[in-house]
Amino acid sequence: MSKEAGNPNIASLNDLLAVAYQIEIDAVERYNLLADQMEAHNDPELAKVFRDLARAEGIHGAEIRRLAGDFDVAAHAQRIAKFERSESPEEADIGAAHYLMTPWHALQLSLAGEKRALSYFTSIVETAKDPKVKAMAAELVEEEAEHVNLVHRLLRRYPEPSESWAEDMDPPNPQE
Amino acid sequence: MSTVETHLACKPADYKSDVVPIWCPGCGDYHVLLSFTRAFAQLGVPPEQIVVVSGIGCSSRIPAYTNCYGFHGVHGRSLALAAGLKVTRPELTVVVASGDGDGYSIGGNHFLHACRRNIDMTYVVMDNHIYGMTKGQPSPTTEPEFDTALSPGGTRVRPFHPLVVALASGANFIARCFSGQPNETAAVLVEAIKHPGFSFVEILSPCVTFRPDEKGWKDLVHPAPVAATTDPGKAARRIITDDGFNLGILYRGSREPFQPAVGATGVDLSELEKDFEL
Repeated sequence: MSKEAGNPNIASLNDLLAVAYQIEIDAVERYNLLADQMEAHNDPELAKVFRDLARAEGIHGAEIRRLAGDFDVAAHAQRIAKFERSESPEEADIGAAHYLMTPWHALQLSLAGEKRALSYFTSIVETAKDPKVKAMAAELVEEEAEHVNLVHRLLRRYPEPSESWAEDMDPPNPQE
Repeated sequence: MSTVETHLACKPADYKSDVVPIWCPGCGDYHVLLSFTRAFAQLGVPPEQIVVVSGIGCSSRIPAYTNCYGFHGVHGRSLALAAGLKVTRPELTVVVASGDGDGYSIGGNHFLHACRRNIDMTYVVMDNHIYGMTKGQPSPTTEPEFDTALSPGGTRVRPFHPLVVALASGANFIARCFSGQPNETAAVLVEAIKHPGFSFVEILSPCVTFRPDEKGWKDLVHPAPVAATTDPGKAARRIITDDGFNLGILYRGSREPFQPAVGATGVDLSELEKDFEL
């Protein structure tokens, strides 16, 4: 059994798969929400970055579902996947978004989420008693570590913006 | 809303509309919307039995983004609209959404009397200490030294203290939340809606565009160190001396809600009309 304070109780392989699945689905929803925001603010380039991130997380979720076979991970996740951080580990922080943010910032949000997921699964490897849970958690750690590396590689395409990136002499005026 | 039954299995997505919010990315109100839908799902009240009433401002856009009934009213008058609705349709769950400008300035007098009247509804104020929709004028909760082109040198006016005012005016439930903690906020909203009478929930909701400094709120907020009190005297001392970042349910009162019997005034309208005959 592995349980961080306030995090889901991982007592079996099915628990772990359900929680891992929910983490990916939460990330998909969050990236799509951010993509919607960017479309509403007429930033199609950034919207595409968030849609691509959502698509990637969706693929990971589908892979976990495949690993679970006939077991209904989605239904089980609804019962057990509640996290201490108020939101699940890989969800991007919508409070960190900004209408002038760039793809570099979007990838920084993604990187932070991947690192939180890596840390979460690492804690399961360290505390799990069930060898099957430990082995699967170790696989998920490898996956997340690869995602961290991937985001670092993607970041090479986008230069870090100047410190004044958020300055705007005429901020937006949402219309009724 | 003491008559809520929680047996229906609704999901947060069932309470979201297809309308895409146009709040600025990073706005705390996105989190408040998540909290609303999560709270409604936890309560299990179907969307058609919930009404979200609002006034004007960024926060007041929220009824359109839910799948519940909604009323996007005039500036500062959301509580008057909601009160009329609740006394005539007491079976509905009425949630009122506002901001610090709409709720404490233009609608300030309605706020006092809604607390005093204690009708069974929940008033949620998304407080960002600024008028965001109209480009950053100081609101009643703006700090006196907040210096902008629109308020050079700051207003130098003492900020309004909504929780103290709510308590003094008779609100039956008082809580403070932070938008960046949507699950915790949803849990407080559930309690606020279930509590009989007028429940007031202030949600600190940063404006990333006109108050970028409010991003730091996430490091300042902290859970209230003691449980909610039912003693208004203790609540007054706690609320008036706290640092403004104390989160949680701070007061649970026991006043009887005001709910006149609908259609049972005993007045014969035809008799009344005679008084107005010319």
